[in-house]
Amino acid sequence: MEDEILQEFLAESWENLGRLDTEIVQLEREPSNLNLLGSIFRTIHTIKGTCGFIGLSRLGLVAHATENVLGRMRDGRLEVSPPAVSLVLDGIDRIKELLAGLEEGGQEPNLNSNELIHRLDLLASLGDPIPKVSAEPEMELVEPEATPEPVAAPVEPMASKPEQSDRTPAPLTGMTEISVLEPAPVMAEPVVAAVRTAADTNESPEAGADGRKSVADLSIRVNVDVLDLLMNLVGELVLTRNQLLQLVRGEEESRFSAPISLLNRVTTDLQEGVMKTRMQPIGNAWSKLPRLVRDLCRLTSKMVELEMLGAETELDRTVLDAIKDPLTHMVRNSVDHGIESPAVRRQMGKTEHGTLRLRAYHEGGHVIICVEDDGKGIDAQRVLRKALDQGLITEVEAASMSDSEIQKLIFRPGFSTAEQITSVSGRGVGMDVVRTEIERIGGTVELNSIFGQGTTIRIKIPLTLAIISALVVESGSIHFAIPQLGVVELVRVPAEERKRIERIHDQQVFRLRNRLLPLIELREVLGLEASTQDDDVDLYIVVVQVGEEQLGLIVSEVFDTQEIVVKPVGRLLKDINVYQGTTILGDGRVIMILDVAGIAGRYSNNSNQTTTAANAGRNESEDQIEPTSLLVVSTEDDRLLAVPLSLVSRLEEFPRTSIEWSGDRMLVQYRGHLLPLVNLADSRSRGPLRDLQPVVVFSDGSNALGLIVDQIKDILEEPLIIRNGTKRSGTLGTAVIDGKATDVIDTQHYLKMTNPNWFRREAQASVRRLLVVVESLFFRQLVRTACEAAGFRVTIAETVTRAEEMLEHGDVFDAILCDADGQDPRLTQLSDWARKGSGGEERPIVVLTGAEFSEFHDSLRACGADVVLPKFDPQELTTSLKDLWHQRARSKGVLS
Amino acid sequence: MSQAVAPTAPRSTSNTVQEDRQYVSFLIDGELMGVPVSTVQEVLTSQQIARTPLARNEVAGLLNLRGQIVTAVNLRRRLGLPDREANETSMNVVVRFHGESFSLLVDEVGDVISVDGLRMEPPPRTLDARWRSLVQGVLRLEQGLFVVLDLTAILTLNGTPHRNGESRN
Repeated sequence: MEDEILQEFLAESWENLGRLDTEIVQLEREPSNLNLLGSIFRTIHTIKGTCGFIGLSRLGLVAHATENVLGRMRDGRLEVSPPAVSLVLDGIDRIKELLAGLEEGGQEPNLNSNELIHRLDLLASLGDPIPKVSAEPEMELVEPEATPEPVAAPVEPMASKPEQSDRTPAPLTGMTEISVLEPAPVMAEPVVAAVRTAADTNESPEAGADGRKSVADLSIRVNVDVLDLLMNLVGELVLTRNQLLQLVRGEEESRFSAPISLLNRVTTDLQEGVMKTRMQPIGNAWSKLPRLVRDLCRLTSKMVELEMLGAETELDRTVLDAIKDPLTHMVRNSVDHGIESPAVRRQMGKTEHGTLRLRAYHEGGHVIICVEDDGKGIDAQRVLRKALDQGLITEVEAASMSDSEIQKLIFRPGFSTAEQITSVSGRGVGMDVVRTEIERIGGTVELNSIFGQGTTIRIKIPLTLAIISALVVESGSIHFAIPQLGVVELVRVPAEERKRIERIHDQQVFRLRNRLLPLIELREVLGLEASTQDDDVDLYIVVVQVGEEQLGLIVSEVFDTQEIVVKPVGRLLKDINVYQGTTILGDGRVIMILDVAGIAGRYSNNSNQTTTAANAGRNESEDQIEPTSLLVVSTEDDRLLAVPLSLVSRLEEFPRTSIEWSGDRMLVQYRGHLLPLVNLADSRSRGPLRDLQPVVVFSDGSNALGLIVDQIKDILEEPLIIRNGTKRSGTLGTAVIDGKATDVIDTQHYLKMTNPNWFRREAQASVRRLLVVVESLFFRQLVRTACEAAGFRVTIAETVTRAEEMLEHGDVFDAILCDADGQDPRLTQLSDWARKGSGGEERPIVVLTGAEFSEFHDSLRACGADVVLPKFDPQELTTSLKDLWHQRARSKGVLS
Repeated sequence: MSQAVAPTAPRSTSNTVQEDRQYVSFLIDGELMGVPVSTVQEVLTSQQIARTPLARNEVAGLLNLRGQIVTAVNLRRRLGLPDREANETSMNVVVRFHGESFSLLVDEVGDVISVDGLRMEPPPRTLDARWRSLVQGVLRLEQGLFVVLDLTAILTLNGTPHRNGESRN
């Protein structure tokens, strides 16, 4: 029961908070918009109210303090100034953090918000005692919860003006000055004195509330699972309808044909209707962007006007979810790299404000999203030089490339990082990632940039992923569906023209209108046997678009195009990356829907290096990750587990007789100490110990632990990419190692398990927790994976501001890791970070940079960096971190 | 479409609330095995199964059960037993597991066995490790031993993969 209330509260709060960011940023622009203020106030007020009701004290306090500030703003007693808005946003961020923690752990996370609350209270108190002069009495009742606040004496009474809207904002002078003010005793509840000006009576928040209520009455909240289920059922219905249509085809006389055609119409309408219920306005995916742009502008000292057109354009919620991240990425890129600083813009004769315009609209079964900026555009020559330097293209290719072709190079994997490393102009941080994401959902990305004038990125995505048009083909006597969206054309190769398929080394190619089309034999990729008379039949080439390239899939037969209902791949098949789904054809047959990008990835890996073929590179970023030495073990319940070899201190075999039991724990005498042992196998499937039991020994400082395994399988050099973090205790997640899904052992978990006290002590005394300050989304993920795989606790800060906030809040970190190539100049001014909020102890600072010249490295060291490391070398990173702490520990005499 | 040879058991009958006392039995390579009635959705005769290239050896393919796509698992291969002769057909025991339907391909389907009054014993320690991980327990029936399979283990294929001849590289 209580849980239900909590879930409801969480769902509602998230929904409201999502709207809030946008509203607050808008408020900053229109400080006198009382409607907005009213709405923001109500949201926070609701959260606060519910907190009291279900006993969430921490959340309640923050919400209360934030609400107070908003209340003062609404009542016109506090200016809506950028610093004030920032503080309110901080409050909202904290509320979100608390909610997130609550959602995860079921109870309020232990975050210290006192300092924030204090700042909010101070800000609120600024607005307290200044009564506004107005003829009209207060329209709204005082909030019953509003407790008397300590009131500060006003610095100077604000000049009262009759109209609130044209009041000149008195800038907030900053927190330091405020805190000097002396609290004065409260005479009376100040809100009573607050009165509303005439200007806003016709737009009072109550009216807004009523307006919203009426909308709420017309809609109900439905669990998305129900909608998904409905969609599935409609899918079944469509399939049945298709079968019936096939049955009566050509039988005009049949007495079934009239009801079937009615059924046909109703089914189509129903399908549209149900699809509509899953539609959401794209504005939902945009709601975070105003805040993002605002924050980026403050960070980079740029001025950007964000325009959003067509926010009401609807698309399926699964598609919506999939485009959120790429959109954020592109917007970030535009502000970061596209739009110039105000000074540069003035020089260029542009307005100081850059414009970033998002547009969305429907176009023939697709949604088009444009991201346009009027920034500096892409310098084709620079891109070309870069691509040549990196060997992405050859001189010969370069000579024949048009500007638009050159600009498209930024989508090439590998290119983006280069851009980032040298901080050359132009955009390109992770554009390959953006493209991969969009293509994954069957979309396309187009780029159009005019140097000096701006860049437009046009994304075309399908309305829904549930029903697609697909081409049915045959290969190796099995039918497959290929999504029509990726199919460019079909080429028939008659048996007598087989020789037109030519070979270069072992690669088949085809001359298609003056260019060479690389070919992939679908049968080979799928490991199917050739049928006997394969040599004297016609072949078909399905030309498909994969990223920037086209390639041809050789199939033995091409059938028609059908509307198919995509069903997810079952759990036993989902690790195979060549299928994007399954479907049932009109005749009842089950066929697989091919994932063309997956096939291309798999094929290129197969032909290049057989050893890593199993990886079937579906993600280009893998290529950039250095291989790690991994120890692979198996347990008695047949699980495969891996752990970075760097964490393993020894592999031992203990005689069974030497293993002792102490209570329910296993121990063995090992090098003069007692080594605790943990069996990795599930307790159900544990058998007796072996005569010589293999054990993997870990040690961390002076503590050690042995993990009992069934078999030591192998030591492999592979890039460690944890695909999906699991909540399964004892593992960090699953990685594909040597083609097999392998769980990565969380050594921390077991160390904690064997000696819970040890961990606590260790966490205080030794170095475990990392604060990672990296702006780039892509790189952040990379660093996080590497560090977490090495057993560190990682806290991410996307911005310097965020990082400083965490440090000020006294969050405990044992080292700080930051990316010196970010946009924020503070990233290179490190010396004052080392001690911030740490209680005097100095933490090491590790700086990553892509710049290779040593002067820069030296200057970073001069600024307070303890270690400067190259980017994209996770192994060196983790080893250096460990070395660093060992050194420190040794110098303190902790370790001998 | 398909003919059910055993009545579909209701999903939760009163006597399955606490412990499974009824099992759908089947024969595999001459051995009598079973899964709890409560997990079984229906039993089908031989079905047309669509192949799924590159899937693990134990996955026989996909079948269409009234518009629902069901993954068929070859129990013989799962248990490390030799395949049947090409002309011998398999029957399908369709089970629900974590919201998805799976069909266990078995040689022959037997009766529903009630085991009231019998206690399940753990698999003998000497049993082959692979079997031990897949067997939930053993019941001593009058007509012989009855092996109860652990559905979770059977349908979790993340151990050492055994691939088809089409294995890569």
